Amino acid sequence: MPAIQEIDLTGLKCPMPIVRLSKLMKQLDAGQEIIAAANDPAFCLDVEAWCNKTGHELVQINQTDERLTAVIRKKNEGK
Amino acid sequence: MNQAVQEYSPELLGALTERVEALEEQAAAAPRSDKLSMVVFSGELDKLLAAFVIATGAAACGMKVSMFFTFWATAALKKEGPQAKGKSLVEKMFGWMLPGGFGKRKLSKMEIGGVGRWMMTREMAKKNVASLAELVEAADELGVRINICEMSMSLMGIRQEELLDYSDIGCCGVASFLDDASSSNTTLFI
Repeated sequence: MPAIQEIDLTGLKCPMPIVRLSKLMKQLDAGQEIIAAANDPAFCLDVEAWCNKTGHELVQINQTDERLTAVIRKKNEGK
Repeated sequence: MNQAVQEYSPELLGALTERVEALEEQAAAAPRSDKLSMVVFSGELDKLLAAFVIATGAAACGMKVSMFFTFWATAALKKEGPQAKGKSLVEKMFGWMLPGGFGKRKLSKMEIGGVGRWMMTREMAKKNVASLAELVEAADELGVRINICEMSMSLMGIRQEELLDYSDIGCCGVASFLDDASSSNTTLFI
């Protein structure tokens, strides 16, 4: 699996973006990254909360009018 | 002057520091229970949607989630289809009054004889909001545990074989819920 995974979460509404995100994250190794694109207005705060809760690192977040892109790095296990 | 200040001594301070350090170590080593326990009491569509949105969201956030279904929510876990055989008349009546299947769940508000529900489900599909069936499927995949109140089951004459297909589902009593709840850091009643 490549080091960076992209996932398109556009069109999905709460809680499906984080449900999909967590499914994909389970398949990754520590240090690998996900680039997630979404347009659910709640996702902006939710992705931050999700990272806070799970311990994964929110590397970057970019928001344009309609679309949000977040880069999340998987944490080391047991941390 | 109070007693504590009068009795102050470097030995006492040393002993206290040691004790605080030991307690801090203990607290850091204690397993943090990140767990959600829910009581799902209502069998209405809107309340079940809320319950499953929170349950799947919590599971996606890495929390251990268990849902305890009791009373009207128990009937909501029945799948569609004919009733199990061997029921008493009253049990059969319960079955007729409380039909299974997600499509049969009514709204707690704005139901308007089914019109409100029809509008709500149409709007949900249009706006790509997950349906109850999709949320239950996601909960199943995420490993959300469903416990069903055995007392409600027998009161309403619901048989095991009438329940929806779900991996981690089982009947239990109130003690199991309390055991779950007391080891959880989040508990909800819906």
